[in-house]
Amino acid sequence: MKRLINVYKMSVSCLLAFSLAAVLAPGGVLAEEGAGSTINAGDTAWVLTSSALVLAMTIPGLALFYGGMVRSKNVLSTMMHSFIAVCVVSVIWVCWGYSFAFGSDIAGLIGGLDWLGLSGVGGEPNAGSTIPHAAFMVFQLMFAGITVALISGAVAERMNFGAFVVFAALWVTFIYAPLAHWVWGGGWLGGMGDLDFAGGTVVHISSGVAALVCALVLGKRHGYGSDNMSPHNLPFTIVGASLLWVGWFGFNAGSALAANGVAANAFVATHVATAAGALGWLGVEWSYRGKPTILGAASGAVAGLVAITPAAGYVGPVSAMIIGVGGGIVCYLGVFLKNKMGYDDALDVLGIHGIGGTWGALATGLFASMGGGTGLFFGNPGQVLIQAIGVGATWIFSCIGTFIILKVVDATIGLRVSKEDEVLGLDLTQHRERAYG
Amino acid sequence: MKLIQAIIKPFKLDEVKDALLELGVQGMTVTEVKGFGRQKGHKETYRGTEYQIEFVPKIKLEIAIADNRVSEVLEAILRAAKTGSIGDGKIFVSELPSVIRIRTGETGEGAL
Repeated sequence: MKRLINVYKMSVSCLLAFSLAAVLAPGGVLAEEGAGSTINAGDTAWVLTSSALVLAMTIPGLALFYGGMVRSKNVLSTMMHSFIAVCVVSVIWVCWGYSFAFGSDIAGLIGGLDWLGLSGVGGEPNAGSTIPHAAFMVFQLMFAGITVALISGAVAERMNFGAFVVFAALWVTFIYAPLAHWVWGGGWLGGMGDLDFAGGTVVHISSGVAALVCALVLGKRHGYGSDNMSPHNLPFTIVGASLLWVGWFGFNAGSALAANGVAANAFVATHVATAAGALGWLGVEWSYRGKPTILGAASGAVAGLVAITPAAGYVGPVSAMIIGVGGGIVCYLGVFLKNKMGYDDALDVLGIHGIGGTWGALATGLFASMGGGTGLFFGNPGQVLIQAIGVGATWIFSCIGTFIILKVVDATIGLRVSKEDEVLGLDLTQHRERAYG
Repeated sequence: MKLIQAIIKPFKLDEVKDALLELGVQGMTVTEVKGFGRQKGHKETYRGTEYQIEFVPKIKLEIAIADNRVSEVLEAILRAAKTGSIGDGKIFVSELPSVIRIRTGETGEGAL
């Protein structure tokens, strides 16, 4: 425990020293590049609003969504994962994450060190942009935050809190930042024409696959398969899913990075795909299990949101509904698969984000018809192949990278709490707090 | 005197209470309990994972009553609590050797 606290203290001091150095460095955050582009007020307002909406997806959205699904003894620790993910990622994003993702390209793999400590990232627009560079940066920061928070659903109810903090810091640095660079930062995937409007691969496949690896490396919760692990507060989960739905308009329509027609189309596509996703999941569940559940409706809605994410700016409303309903059905099967295979991805991060993201990324290659993308059904069969390469690369990279990070954290800090602590509950043993009375 | 303990379906509580009040029963004690009989609980499903919930919620009514009124009270409970389907519950009747009213110290049927 003492070692853990030291690791934590050391990392915090490093971060602070680093930020200070970056501020004091010549041409630090206060200096801004003069750029040719001019700022558009509408675009800026929309991207700043969208950034706040994406934050609301994570806290309180995801925190409630996940918090309701665990047992009452672990609700605080589960909500804390989302909260701390935002905090850790925000600090790292400023120090080096943003630069690794969006700095000048190095061999198509990672960004350079140009924007360490946000040096030169200020109120002026970056070349070719109509919004302040800082607005773009903070929008991307929120994406990084939710991606790490998503993974926490797989490790719920058994992961050592300190280990999660260190894992979050390493994962956003070594997995998220390079992936974001590959697709959006001028890297090799974007360069070959991979379509990922708002993060189907970067956010959802990467977190879903990381979740699977986490579930496998951590192992099952004590009592999995025999104890009753049913959700302790489904209203939390429904409120959380609904906040995710609302916030996702920032996520998807905000990814247009402008207040324009692309944003409006992405908004509509996002909404109808979500509705269709909920109906798709419910339809399968109702016919297969005999009862429609509200957890199913909420899960299907999130599946629809995930599925439409890579396609949002490239498809019309009818295609969006097909992608959404497909997402609901495919993710139901994804969760079913977990129950058959027996790994303990506690809150189904792979089943919904990994599988839904994979379906969405491939479906983008089928249905893209606008906004600079053309898919198989609109005369460009090659797009599906490019999408498949994007999906495959993300699966492999996230899988291997997450595995290495977990092994390092396990060897240094230890990933799991003791069996006794797990049975008592993480709220009490990790945080010395209790959620209810 | 007898102590009547009736385990009934929760949604039948109001009907049973009204039937007993009509008979002039002076008091009762109600507890939310869990248990199972031949009904054997129910299943819950969360994202396809099924849980067998063995103990289902029931209501336990306790009524202390004079011997000459036992049969009408039992009939009233039977009539009001019955749905005809499995899980309607049970009634237990036992001897009640003594009763004391705390406020006055009265004992026996006078304390009922």
